Amino acid sequence: MTVSSAPAPATGPAMKLRPRARLAVTAGRIVAWASRVVHFGTGSVIGGRVSLLIDKNLLAELTTSRDVAIVSATNGKTTTTKLLSTALGSNRPVVSNWLGANMTPGIVAALASASATDTAVLEVDERWVDSVLRATKANTVVLLNLSRDQLDRTQEVRKLAEQWRTALTTTPPRTVIANADDPLVAWAALAAPRVLWISTGQEWTADAAGCPACSGRIEFIGAEWACTSCDLRRPPIDVTVEDETISLNERTFRTPIALPGRVNRVNAAFALAASSAMGADLDTAFDALDDITEVAGRYRVADFNGTKIRLLLAKNPAGWHEALELLEGPTTPLVIAINARIADGHDPSWLWDVAYERVGARHVIAIGERRHDLAVRFRYGNISHAVADNLEDALDLVRQSPDFDSTVPVDVASNYTAFQDHLEKVGGVL
Amino acid sequence: MSTTSPSSRAESAVRIVSLYPDLLGTYGDGGNALVLSRRLEWRGIAVEHTTVDAGAPVPDSADLYLVGGGEDGPQVQATRELDQSQGLHRAVDKGAVVLAICAGMQILGHHFPDATGASRSGLGLLDCKTVRVDRPRAVGELLTTNARLATAHGVVELGQLTGFENHAGRTIPGPTSLSFGAVEVGEGNGDGSEGVVTGTVVGTYLHGPALARNPRLADALLEWIVGPSAMSPLDDSDVEALRTERIAAARDHELAPRRSWRDILRRS
Repeated sequence: MTVSSAPAPATGPAMKLRPRARLAVTAGRIVAWASRVVHFGTGSVIGGRVSLLIDKNLLAELTTSRDVAIVSATNGKTTTTKLLSTALGSNRPVVSNWLGANMTPGIVAALASASATDTAVLEVDERWVDSVLRATKANTVVLLNLSRDQLDRTQEVRKLAEQWRTALTTTPPRTVIANADDPLVAWAALAAPRVLWISTGQEWTADAAGCPACSGRIEFIGAEWACTSCDLRRPPIDVTVEDETISLNERTFRTPIALPGRVNRVNAAFALAASSAMGADLDTAFDALDDITEVAGRYRVADFNGTKIRLLLAKNPAGWHEALELLEGPTTPLVIAINARIADGHDPSWLWDVAYERVGARHVIAIGERRHDLAVRFRYGNISHAVADNLEDALDLVRQSPDFDSTVPVDVASNYTAFQDHLEKVGGVL
Repeated sequence: MSTTSPSSRAESAVRIVSLYPDLLGTYGDGGNALVLSRRLEWRGIAVEHTTVDAGAPVPDSADLYLVGGGEDGPQVQATRELDQSQGLHRAVDKGAVVLAICAGMQILGHHFPDATGASRSGLGLLDCKTVRVDRPRAVGELLTTNARLATAHGVVELGQLTGFENHAGRTIPGPTSLSFGAVEVGEGNGDGSEGVVTGTVVGTYLHGPALARNPRLADALLEWIVGPSAMSPLDDSDVEALRTERIAAARDHELAPRRSWRDILRRS
């Protein structure tokens, strides 16, 4: 699994690219390298952009001789991409963009650094599924969920479902692995010729009350759902995720895997189903998943200024719904950080769609650029809280709390850019 | 306008209904119900909050109704159901207070645009109409200064109203409606004013949620129902810190220049 690394020649079978494409790849590598030198980040996005300026068909060219899988969703796409890459990586070379540069430029940068025939597992932004699928003609498409995110920026979730449906109609992949419990995803995936349906037990359904097919009303009854006006309903299930097991192909795998929480059992089920559809041996694939303890810094336990902290990422109400599973129960104080930069969405009103009350009696320190929005949310939730200016000050307050336990990592749960800031403080992506 | 006198309020809980949060709940507007409920509880006033999902009957006996913002498709569905039920209409006839946010405000007017831009008949509870205008969607901080609200207990000074707006409509208030006041930052109704108030029905483009950011507006709505004598002061220090910060951000035009190079390289 490589993300565009040094501007070195790729190993393995040489890529037979047209001269223009070769120039595009080389220029992209140089720009990416220059960008890293001036500490602007990994440089993969800007390098990819330069490559695409020179050759706009580069993505199609870079994927002519490989098996491609696309993973998209509002939540869980980075983790599932990593899990699928690892599952497949046990028996073949895999290239992936799992560090999160998930639009065409980032994807091009990742592929340009790999051998021409490596299997590609691509995390794709929800809005880019159509164009990436057209260019790559991916054999496998994994669709996890769609929910509200970045209220001011991303298109309405219904429009995204429509785009996905169009994409799967125009460029049908061999297999789609889709969430049967998310009506928006199910409606989109029903356009594909072959679908493996996963029952995820998704609890967040607040964004799917309106039927995507007829704008009637979706009724949820137990595990089932159906539109009250048209014939859209939950499709028959192929893969199920229970508390301690994942069942597929008439086999049962005992979880847990190393990553915590229900949501990661679901992500693992998607990765297993996809790797099985792509011809991997399920036992080897499943064993490989257990070696993953963090994904791009998520769930990392690290030492920060002498205090052990655990980094968690939750970007939107559906993500917080899953993260709170890990945050409810203990009594030790925790830190929650919210920013509202462009990558987070400028409108954090969604904080009021999150049941932060689930932290119970835990004392919460609010940080991040929108810490006052959090404090007001906590005040109305009758949640014990304080406000601090940064992570250092927040941990000072945590250590002063009578409920602090130095043997237990302090949970630091953040949304996207706040998480990136904290990850940098503990050494960045490993 | 209010049907209940403050004295009779002691025995019965204030009944708050959130209408169709499953259809109109995209922008965190559910927080408005929590804010109202807590501000009553903290004052020792009983509150009974009910959520009415689409398809369920709309009660006409509540004191306060909340309608949130939402997407174009569900907006049309909500209008259809509220029109068929007429429960909200009966409640307003009996003097219930209504707070409708964004798409909720649009559908309560005489006309509003659907997803295709075509004009649809609204519920006619607010004297206004909303049209689609040929400009980029208004997305950003919205600030209204010297806002006021005429209630059964006289005109309440609301001070600055702060929130976040996200809409493509222009709302034109009719002759029997009032606005909150003049917009200082942002778009609001689109004619320099923000908010539409017709009798006991209040509409606004403010998300945030509106009542989380503007406790005076929350209290003005509650006072309408329980009367001024029940409205003891509360500790709003967390909210005041947020308001100070957001009002400054709106005046700095926070959204325009905040795209740092680092952010763009990371994830644009």
